[in-house]
Amino acid sequence: MTLEDLYREVIMDHYRRPRNRGALDDANVVMEGVNPLCGDEIKLWLRIDDAGVIRGAAFDGHGCSISQSSASIMTAAVTGKPLADAHAVIAGFRGMMLNGEPPDEALLGDGVALEGVRRFPVRIKCAVLSWNTLQLGLDEHATAGGQRVELHHSES
Amino acid sequence: MAVETSTAGLDAAAIRADFPVLAEQVHERPLVYLDNAATSQKPRAVIEALQTYYETYNANIHRGLHALSERATAEYEAARAGVARFINARHAHEVIFTRGTTEAINLVARGWGDENVGEGDEILLTEMEHHSNLVPWQMLAKRRGAALRYIPMDVDGRIDLEGYARQFGPRTRLVTITQMSNVLGTITPAAEVVRVAHEHGVPVLLDAAQSIPHLPVDVQALDADFVAFSGHKMLGPTGIGVLYGRESLLDAMEPLLGGGSMIRVVELHRSSWTGLPDKLEGGTPNIAGAIGLGAAVEYLAAVGMPGVARHEHNLTEYALAQLSDLEGVRVFGPMDAEDRGGVISFYVGDIHPHDVGTLLDADGIAVRAGHHCAQPLMRKLGVPATVRASMYLYNTADEVDCLVGGIARAKAFFA
Repeated sequence: MTLEDLYREVIMDHYRRPRNRGALDDANVVMEGVNPLCGDEIKLWLRIDDAGVIRGAAFDGHGCSISQSSASIMTAAVTGKPLADAHAVIAGFRGMMLNGEPPDEALLGDGVALEGVRRFPVRIKCAVLSWNTLQLGLDEHATAGGQRVELHHSES
Repeated sequence: MAVETSTAGLDAAAIRADFPVLAEQVHERPLVYLDNAATSQKPRAVIEALQTYYETYNANIHRGLHALSERATAEYEAARAGVARFINARHAHEVIFTRGTTEAINLVARGWGDENVGEGDEILLTEMEHHSNLVPWQMLAKRRGAALRYIPMDVDGRIDLEGYARQFGPRTRLVTITQMSNVLGTITPAAEVVRVAHEHGVPVLLDAAQSIPHLPVDVQALDADFVAFSGHKMLGPTGIGVLYGRESLLDAMEPLLGGGSMIRVVELHRSSWTGLPDKLEGGTPNIAGAIGLGAAVEYLAAVGMPGVARHEHNLTEYALAQLSDLEGVRVFGPMDAEDRGGVISFYVGDIHPHDVGTLLDADGIAVRAGHHCAQPLMRKLGVPATVRASMYLYNTADEVDCLVGGIARAKAFFA
């Protein structure tokens, strides 16, 4: 176990220069995720068009470098993706983090850099917080049948 | 300087030798254990007391007519008497064994609160309470239609005694306050808090989870009505804690748990309770835990609590000076070691506390990073979390130097 496994360059880059940070004005899905144990919070905005394509994804919140960079990586990974593909990305990321599945760079992009977090069991929840929040957001969107969805403080 | 502060009053090397875990390596580094406010390490005397119980006289208490049960009962009650001596309680039966501070406070909230707090009544407490001295009162207030009122205090956890004295009214039923903040390390003026409350005929509960392990505490001198604390933060095992209560208050209290050991006569439709302390200890208690706690207070008493307090005071003074010399490190709580214990919360630049915690861990340094079960206080401080280093009798100035070095490395890593 080395710190370099955890804090890879890609992760530090997303932490220092987060992509898609800040509110998305025309979002039709707004979700908040919290980790009650450590207090990390993430707010997620999605713009999903009528064809079922994620046109925009953005986040804000506070937490450690792992949770914030993971959110940045995630928004970049799902922007422009049809919902079915986004589900596959989420499943691939969670499979890698929680079930030890091999990282798939074609699927996850920069997300593969978070693989090393697996070696720091207490930090895994930091990495998956935003992804769980995204999953909940997509579920709520499907349930709402095209209506705007705004939910606060779901536990992830 | 390091050598002088580390040895003032206590023989740190001899004490460290009593704690097997302190010889452990973490990530190929010597363990620097600075998470004592979460739980303390255990001396060999405590570990051996547990082992001796399980290996030579394991039995249930208060019921067996056999030799092992008699010995277990005697040791369990000796532990109670030892704890009573340690806090200078009038009677051993004023010491009720619980699972910990949380259960002790809930026992008061239910067993005393439900009987004595009604609609429109008020409970005084502070914003720096641990969730365990906040949530049970919110639950009681909801059950009974009562209200919580917050004693005015500054961001360093210093309470405004004049403002506090003005808060008493005809509906004030209880004051419940920490004796030492688990985040800021601030020591509250407990004796004065009690004196003012008693002028108004209001009882006081002290959350002593952080104070009794580190300071000489005399419940009679403080004149406290209830005092709650945990065994595992004072060298004892987990799963054992204490509610001290004034005899008359405990006598009038309803039990939290009905069941074995706490009854006098059980009929088909009603039962009567036995006396103290058994009335409030329904079910088979944590016998081994109590015996372990008995060994822990014996150990602390042998070292001497004034010496423990002086040692930690010196270390705290040293740590505060070292940390305030570090650029970008913001320390919370009083900067004067006089009115605070060895719990130091801080923030390093804009690095999130969890990242600092992980980086320190890589150096073998154990600290806590998080909200410390004190979310209202975090909001008052304006931070989501802090890094917290907390000391005990076995820590040394060299370990404070390790912490300072680790923080400098964390700053460089995230620069």
